[in-house]
Amino acid sequence: MISGRLVRGLEGRVYIALAALAVVAVLLPVLNLALPEDSAFHVSSYAVTLAGKYLCYALLALSVDLVWGYCGILSLGHGAFFALGGYAMGMYLMRQIGARGVYGNPDLPDFMVFLNWKELPWYWYGFDQLWFACLMVVMVPGMLAFVFGWFAFRSRVTGVYLSIITQALTFALLLSFFRNDFGFGGNNGLTDFKDILGFNIQTDETRSGLFVASAMAMALGLIVASFVVRSKLGKVLVALRDAESRTRFLGYRVERYKLFVWTLSACMAGVAGGLYVPQVGIINPGEFAPANSIEVVIWVAVGGRGLLVGSVVGAILVNFAKTWFTGALPEFWLFALGGLFIAVTLFMPRGVLGLVPSLRGKIRPLRLPGIGKGTSSTVESPAKAGE
Amino acid sequence: MSCVRLRLFAILAAIALLSSVSGPANAAEDLRPLVDKLGLGDFEETARAVDSLAATGDARAAPLLEALANGDLNIRKSDGRVVIAIRDGADYKLADPLDGAALGVVPAGGLDRIRINNSLRRNIRAAIGALTLRSPDPSVRRGAAEAVFKSRDAGAIEILDAAIAAEQDSGVRRVMEQARAATILAGNAPESDKLAAIDVLAARGDRDALALLNNVEINSQGALKDAAATASAKLTDTLAIWGMVQNVWYGLSLGSVLLLAAIGLAVTFGVMGVINMAHGEMVMLGAYTAFVVQSVVREFTPELYDLSLVIALPLAFLFAGGVGVLIERSIIRWLYGRPLETLLATWGLSLVLQQAVRTVFGATNQEVSAPSWMAGAFAIGQIQITWGRLWIVILATMVFVALVVVLRKTSFGLQMRAVTQNRSMASSMGIRTPWVDAMTFGLGSGIAGIAGVALSQIDNVSPNLGQSYIIDSFMVVVFGGVGNLWGTLVGALTLGIVNKLLEPYAGAVFAKVFVLVFIILFIQKRPRGLLALRGRVAEA
Repeated sequence: MISGRLVRGLEGRVYIALAALAVVAVLLPVLNLALPEDSAFHVSSYAVTLAGKYLCYALLALSVDLVWGYCGILSLGHGAFFALGGYAMGMYLMRQIGARGVYGNPDLPDFMVFLNWKELPWYWYGFDQLWFACLMVVMVPGMLAFVFGWFAFRSRVTGVYLSIITQALTFALLLSFFRNDFGFGGNNGLTDFKDILGFNIQTDETRSGLFVASAMAMALGLIVASFVVRSKLGKVLVALRDAESRTRFLGYRVERYKLFVWTLSACMAGVAGGLYVPQVGIINPGEFAPANSIEVVIWVAVGGRGLLVGSVVGAILVNFAKTWFTGALPEFWLFALGGLFIAVTLFMPRGVLGLVPSLRGKIRPLRLPGIGKGTSSTVESPAKAGE
Repeated sequence: MSCVRLRLFAILAAIALLSSVSGPANAAEDLRPLVDKLGLGDFEETARAVDSLAATGDARAAPLLEALANGDLNIRKSDGRVVIAIRDGADYKLADPLDGAALGVVPAGGLDRIRINNSLRRNIRAAIGALTLRSPDPSVRRGAAEAVFKSRDAGAIEILDAAIAAEQDSGVRRVMEQARAATILAGNAPESDKLAAIDVLAARGDRDALALLNNVEINSQGALKDAAATASAKLTDTLAIWGMVQNVWYGLSLGSVLLLAAIGLAVTFGVMGVINMAHGEMVMLGAYTAFVVQSVVREFTPELYDLSLVIALPLAFLFAGGVGVLIERSIIRWLYGRPLETLLATWGLSLVLQQAVRTVFGATNQEVSAPSWMAGAFAIGQIQITWGRLWIVILATMVFVALVVVLRKTSFGLQMRAVTQNRSMASSMGIRTPWVDAMTFGLGSGIAGIAGVALSQIDNVSPNLGQSYIIDSFMVVVFGGVGNLWGTLVGALTLGIVNKLLEPYAGAVFAKVFVLVFIILFIQKRPRGLLALRGRVAEA
């Protein structure tokens, strides 16, 4: 019932967000490319790339919101899917360098020459084609999520346990990718990219193009997510988020619904990573760090969990603050971020967008969406909280 | 007059006494003529001088002979004096060969190197061996015997025989016998001697002995080859077992570290169900407490320096525990029953604590040095055990036992268990549940502080210290079974040992990756961990 109203409310938000995206996607590149640099309305290429980065983060946040906000799965490992997508794209960009590397080897990326490898490992085959790389950007995170979710949801690993093993997953990947012999550039990752589809990756035009692509991916992600959420499937998701056992007893195969959304979400995170890498020009194992994945969760929490658009707003807000803080007061960024975690969970459980209706005087019944199995109606014992 | 003479005598006696205290200077003067003979002429004369130096039995001659063997011994052209010359750019820095006093710098042309040939080199080595093998210091003798064991210089056998006959210390004698056996096997001794030597080496039982035996097996025929083959096969098996034991020890040691880091979490997460992502920062605070205590002790009471870590233990417990109580009262109590929100809030808290410590102490690593009783190592059979690691194992055991006792035998433990099992009932019976919550959280945090003191010995004390343990700690608790201290113990030791046993095959990083993947799969099989709670508590 509440979720029904939520869904109807969503429509408007998504339309507004899509319209805003369209405006930004047209305006920024035009202001960047068409206006002369000394014009007051000129937008620097740095700002365009930064905006593109924010959109990638927003898409990642959206993917987390899809599983956390609507399915109750708090993933502390979505950074892994993001980074895998990024690596898939990075491998394509790496192959595009060709013989222009430091060692000038047309067949092998620089780091392999450096490691004295003689031939390309089999898992690098095909990455000289963009279509294949794009497929992998979606498939690799998707497959990993599918296998992981298949096991986890079937054995009914839920709540905190699931969160912790998602963290273990990304930590294991972090350790592996740090290894040189894993074949992905080890510590340094993949970098020094030259061009994408023949366009120089440094030019303003390519940067604007990548920004538009990010905006389109973001829009597509929003449309897909809101479509999923508004479908019958979405209603089952909300049901199992709020009362998993009851949904199961009603005859729904809960694990299948979860698996579908989980995999979809991982694919979205992969796309975000795939668009992120050409814009920042590097992908390294640091992206797998568990701390990154947890940070994504706070973007969602700040924006408002379970509102789709909320995660987008949250990601952009927090990252904007991060850019500003690390420039102006680098010492205080962690204080601010940490304080944000605490303040949002204690005082703003519905996030920034959650404040909007209450300002209009339409205070929703204070029932928080999906806090594991335990609902807040009865007196909680801490022992329960472990579930 | 007589009075003056008496005074003069007293002064002379005092000088004599002083110079006999600073003995080397005295001995140096005795050796001086022999040293000067080294540079007189041809190889034969030098060889005689070496032998007579060896015959003095004065250990001071050993470094001198070492310099001769290395070709550092020279004659200064200006006065014919024998000096040690060390290259310094284009010139040579000179030093006295006996007392090491600096004698200035000369260009390369001002020196004549004392040349040696192979037979002389053998002489010198034997002389050094003889000098050090008869040294009054047992550790020098042992070192010399080990050196002979490595060099297997055939000329050393007679010297060794003499030394063995004179040796009083049975441990040193054993090493000498082993050195002799190694030398015999390397040379052309009769077969019976060699067979006996194989037994001696097999009894030594380490990797060096195995390498020697393998060498004999390859290079000989008949009974000797068989004996060496049998001995080496047996030794290989024994060594494999020792290697396993060593890995198990490393695993135990890693397991104790994990246990220390995780046991506080076992209280907060396991007993209270609070996901405390700032747990690692409690560990970090404990480590910084150790650092502060050590600095203060160094400044004000240096005589207690060795005890500074012992002093730090209770202080770290109180400090981290106090911070824990504060956190519980200010943040966590509002979030009971909302585990995912707790997770996020405490993660934020961990960021704040890290940055706070970074602001106060700086981002660089701080050094907490080991007290003397934690330094060094000893051997049991073929495994090396460092005192530092042993103390951590002991500390982990003590903390675990203390915690079990607190939970089982004290009224606080009783209240804690009561609140855990049935909050409303416990509350009705008059237990102040908020107080118990705060104290329990403080207890878990305090234990983390103790862990921090221990970890300051094996890890860098930096603001990021806690982060590297938080994931491991959660793995241990979840693997062992939430709400069960014994599960945490078994979990920590299992993960530690599995990790270390995998390391030789997979490398350190992939061993860890395997362990993580193993836990992920294990949780699928047993979502409630190794030793899960059963019954109504678990169902609640």
